Amino acid sequence: MDFQIVLLLAQDGITNGAIYALLALALVLVFAVTRVIFIPQGEFVALGALTLAGLQAGRIPGTLWLLLGAGVVVALIDLAQALRSGSRRRIPRIIGWNLAYPALAAAAVTLLKPAEMAMPLQVILTLVLVVPLGPMIYRLAFQPLAEAPVLVLLIVAVAVHLALVGLGLLFFGAEGSRTPAFSDASYKLGGIVINGQTLWVVGASITLIVILYLFFEHTFYGKALRATAINRTGARLMGISTVMAGKLSFLLAALIGALSGILIAPITTIYYDTGFLVGLKGFVGAIVGGMVSYPIAAVGAVLVGLLESYSSFWASAFKEVIVFTLIIPVLVWRSLTTHHVEEEE
Amino acid sequence: MQRAILILFLVLLGSGPLILSEFHITLLNYIGLSALVALGVVLLTGVGGLTSFGQAAFVGLGAYASAYLTTATDLPGWLTWAGGSPWIGLAAGLLLTAIVAWLLGALTLRLSGHYLPLGTIAWGISLYFLFGNLSFLGGHTGISGIPALALFGLELKSGRAFYYVIWVMLLAAVWITQNLLDSREGRAIRALKGGTVMAEAMGVDTARSKIIIFLIAALFAALSGWLYAHLQRFVNPTPFGLHIGIEYLFMAVVGGAGNVWGALLGAGLITILKQWLQDLLPKIFGASGNFEMIVFGMMMVLVLQRARDGIWPILARLVPPARGSRLVPQGDALPRNVMPQAGAGILDVRHVFKRFGGLVANNDMSFTVRAGEVMALIGPNGAGKSTMFDCISGVGSVSEGEIRFLGERIDHLTARAIARRGMSRTFQHVRLLPGMSVLENVAIGAHLRGTRGVLPAALHLERAEEQRLLAEAARQIERVGLKDSMFEQAGSLALGQQRTLEIARALAADPCLLLLDEPAAGLRYMEKQILADLLRKLKAEGMGILLVEHDMDFVMGLANRVVVMEFGEKIAEGLPDEVQRNPAVLEAYLGGVE
Repeated sequence: MDFQIVLLLAQDGITNGAIYALLALALVLVFAVTRVIFIPQGEFVALGALTLAGLQAGRIPGTLWLLLGAGVVVALIDLAQALRSGSRRRIPRIIGWNLAYPALAAAAVTLLKPAEMAMPLQVILTLVLVVPLGPMIYRLAFQPLAEAPVLVLLIVAVAVHLALVGLGLLFFGAEGSRTPAFSDASYKLGGIVINGQTLWVVGASITLIVILYLFFEHTFYGKALRATAINRTGARLMGISTVMAGKLSFLLAALIGALSGILIAPITTIYYDTGFLVGLKGFVGAIVGGMVSYPIAAVGAVLVGLLESYSSFWASAFKEVIVFTLIIPVLVWRSLTTHHVEEEE
Repeated sequence: MQRAILILFLVLLGSGPLILSEFHITLLNYIGLSALVALGVVLLTGVGGLTSFGQAAFVGLGAYASAYLTTATDLPGWLTWAGGSPWIGLAAGLLLTAIVAWLLGALTLRLSGHYLPLGTIAWGISLYFLFGNLSFLGGHTGISGIPALALFGLELKSGRAFYYVIWVMLLAAVWITQNLLDSREGRAIRALKGGTVMAEAMGVDTARSKIIIFLIAALFAALSGWLYAHLQRFVNPTPFGLHIGIEYLFMAVVGGAGNVWGALLGAGLITILKQWLQDLLPKIFGASGNFEMIVFGMMMVLVLQRARDGIWPILARLVPPARGSRLVPQGDALPRNVMPQAGAGILDVRHVFKRFGGLVANNDMSFTVRAGEVMALIGPNGAGKSTMFDCISGVGSVSEGEIRFLGERIDHLTARAIARRGMSRTFQHVRLLPGMSVLENVAIGAHLRGTRGVLPAALHLERAEEQRLLAEAARQIERVGLKDSMFEQAGSLALGQQRTLEIARALAADPCLLLLDEPAAGLRYMEKQILADLLRKLKAEGMGILLVEHDMDFVMGLANRVVVMEFGEKIAEGLPDEVQRNPAVLEAYLGGVE
């Protein structure tokens, strides 16, 4: 292993690490706001990548059916509830977001010939299809259980993951997809070649992190989310709706997941079940940050990327074993450094 | 009625191979194998409140250990003796699993809440990839040609022959689990779900209880894996992946994680449903794949939203509840500690500080409690009284200062160690196990007065000691006046009675110092009288009592001495009459006289 390879592997590791960092941030965010350990985070990565690939190939991506179906179910539940509680004013909103929006998206996908669009438009259309699934999943699976213990929420999250992987298989089939790179450029720097895509991934990740930071520091909704994360009851008493906070955090998680998928689709072939392992590596990062610290989670995620990259060189068959076994010393370290707080059932 | 159903079930189960087709026998075999793993999950998740997604990996350890030992032709020299025999394979699998589970448990069980399940996901994946990548385990192709089991010289080559092995082992596991749960160790395990604070304060080693159920669950899984390997005569990594581990958890949750029979029900439902869906869904969707995942995932969400306790409790409600033994347990009295001489100092708090960050909750607190007296700790809300209690009983740590109990320094000891030395307490916010009977709740208090461990409990060889523990609990319940509610669920009592239950529980520990945190809150006038009488009697027996209470009539009628706290500091100390006239105390309580 010469220096050249060290740098090459580092480049690989940082590229993947940047993605894991994004996912780790989303996981920390969702956990802080809703106490849900969002195992299906990775599924959004796969959805984002496969939807983009489908649009580029001129197919109608299965995500559309998912969006239409989920929209109908949410609309039915919410309408029934609105009628029962006599709050008719909510009805246009419910129909708008859950029926009209998916219908518009369907029209866009079928009429606009996405395969011939410019890449940025394809990306936007992908986000249009994938991101609303976040709040819809929150509405269907988690909102009725918002006050349940963390462990129940975790089991629900695993169940949602399972259902989404199955749906992914149904809609996208078992074949993997890869999308063309954002840029074919490559730069020579001190003897090593840096791919344009690497720069895209790292650049986009950093940009996204900065945007998120600004969102949380300077916008009303960002502050509302932070307030909910610190004290749910307190935030609710101040008029911040827990439901709104939950949906918003799931929206952000879906957005981050889909973007991550779009960013790595040109680097690795994405299958319907790839997202799970990708998401879990984000998890290892998030756990390094104790599920609470954004910067430590991001650093942890980059370390996971590097570890994975180097271990795939030394012992490629045992790459996953090494990465997931790492979590155990990390957990031990956390258990020794975190002050134990009793959790009530 | 319940007994009749159980017998009917066993008869049907026993006659299965005589009447059922090969297909149904195979199905029942797989249900039995899954139920064994799900039973471990019930113990772990439903009873103990720990969640594991990684049980399939333990199944894999059990399966691969035996598969490797019975088929390998190139065993290293020191292992050749172990080759060829499935029974040595079983022992090796159980041993290996116990070691791995103990290591993983020791590393992850210390963590509370969500870290453990995340950890189980991680090692569930690691072990799966390990199975698939170790060449001596056949990689992803696996190991074939595993010998059949032989029992009394009879080779069990058919599923029909194997049926009895599986179900006898499963029913034995159910029996062991039920025995264990109905014992002193079992109560300690069931106390885990109520949080560890109460259990530790009653002397339960919660870390040990956790590792015990983790080990048992892992061993059940390994046993299932061993059976699987010799039934199937072939193993590869697929059935030991994370998704199967998740499925085991689903079985327990759908069936009803709170009950051993929930494991069987859940395993049956999920296995049959899976079989059916695997036939049906590919036909509907026109493609092959594990589409049953979609249905399982959605079903799981619905079960957790609509019937979080699973299906078993719903079925159980259809059958009239068995009239469990309502006889008050009788038994010889347990040996008692020697009470200190009346008037001797037993608790000595010296210059204790407790800081939470910048907040000083206890500021230079000093006082003593003597045997045979009631010392009352009073003060406005937020004065730091309960914090003081937590410091003394080891529930919280002391920032600075010294606490001596019976002459020994205890400020660095754990709650468990302090309980062992003869101090017992109640909690301001009641901490009991609402689903357990009053009797069982109080028996937790007597935990340290029993000694028999897990193995005798699992085989019910500790019945004599158990009887004495329950009899002691019953005596304390009678003493505090809850005799009529002895067999009720603790959660069904009124709040005042729940507080009284906590006193009985504390008394069951045979303490020489009793810490009572607002025992009279929520009691009616007559109940307060009974409580006061009881405390007087205890005092006369030589017990020291430290009491936090807001009801001044109650305190002043009972206490020998009073310490008044405000803002974490002691502002007065003395006889009840003196304290009542103390201007600083009047100031604190009434805002002073202008």
